[in-house]
Amino acid sequence: MALSASKIKVGDTYSEQVVDNLSRTQIVQYAGASGDYNPIHSDEIWATQVAGYPTVFAHGMLTMGLTGKAVTNFVGDGRLTNYGVRFVRQVWPGDTLTTAIEVSAVRAEGADTVAEVTITTTNQNGEAVLTGSATARLDP
Amino acid sequence: MAIERFPVEASHILMFARAVGDANPIYSDAEYAASTEVGGIIAPPTFAQSSAQFDPNYFLRPKIGQPWFGSGREPSGVTREKKDGESSGAASGGLHAEQHFTYHRQLRPGDILTGTELPGKTWDKEGKRSGKLVFTENITEYRDQNGELVITARGVGVRTERVIES
Repeated sequence: MALSASKIKVGDTYSEQVVDNLSRTQIVQYAGASGDYNPIHSDEIWATQVAGYPTVFAHGMLTMGLTGKAVTNFVGDGRLTNYGVRFVRQVWPGDTLTTAIEVSAVRAEGADTVAEVTITTTNQNGEAVLTGSATARLDP
Repeated sequence: MAIERFPVEASHILMFARAVGDANPIYSDAEYAASTEVGGIIAPPTFAQSSAQFDPNYFLRPKIGQPWFGSGREPSGVTREKKDGESSGAASGGLHAEQHFTYHRQLRPGDILTGTELPGKTWDKEGKRSGKLVFTENITEYRDQNGELVITARGVGVRTERVIES
C-alpha cells in the first residue's frame, strides 16, 4: 500500500529488521544474482590470506538491497523516484541489520506530491552500516 | 561499463529478490502483480546493478578458460590487477562507497536495456584508518528498447592504502 499525502507527516518513522544472522550462503546467493563474484565476499581463503580481512564480508549492494526491502515496504511498490546510500561500515556474516526510516520532507514535485525520507541501517551493535535517503511519490 | 544488451527477465528478478531477502510477491507472482496499482511484476530497486551479468568484460566474474584471482590450489590464482580492456563496474574495484539510483520508471520483465557510462569525477582525501582514499565516480544511464531513460545509476568506488577493519 502506498502512502497518502494527507496522512503522512514530517517526523513519521518506520523500522524493520531486514536480515537476522546474515549467512555466508546468502552472500553467495547475492553474488550469483547480481553477477559480482569478487572473492572478497565469498572466498574465505582469499579474503583472509590475500586481501588481509578477518573474514569475508557482504557486498555493499546486498546491504542496499536488504535496506531497499524496508524502503519499499514503507513507501509502497513502484513509488520510488530516488534511492541513494553511502556504505559507512562493513557487514559481516552473522550480522543482524535493522533499517530505520524517517520522513524528512513532504513537498510538491511537478504534478505529484512526494515524500523524502532518511534511511539508516544499523547492525546488532547499534553501529550504522548504511546511511541514505529516498524520494517517493505519494497518493493525494 | 558499457552494456549493449541487458534483457530484464522474470526469473532473474525472482532470483534477485530472493537474494536480498524480499518475499514481496510483486517481484514473482504475475497474477498478484496484475491486481495491484503497478499492474505487473516490477524489479526491486537495486536490480539494475545486476547489469554486471551482461557486461562481457566484467572484472569480477570468472571467465571461461581464464585464470581467476580467487583461491584454488593456492590462496590466489593470479594477481588482482585488472588487465587493459576489462571493466570493473560501478565500484571500480576497491570498495563501494556510495550508490544512487534515479528511477524514471519501474523496470519490468521484457525490458531490454542498454547501459551507457558517462564521465564521472575522481577525488581523494586523507582517511584516519586507511591512509589516502581515492574516490572514483561512475554514472550509467539505462535506456529501454525505445531509447527512453529508465534508470540513472551513480556509483562511487574507493581505493584505500590500507585494509579497513570496522
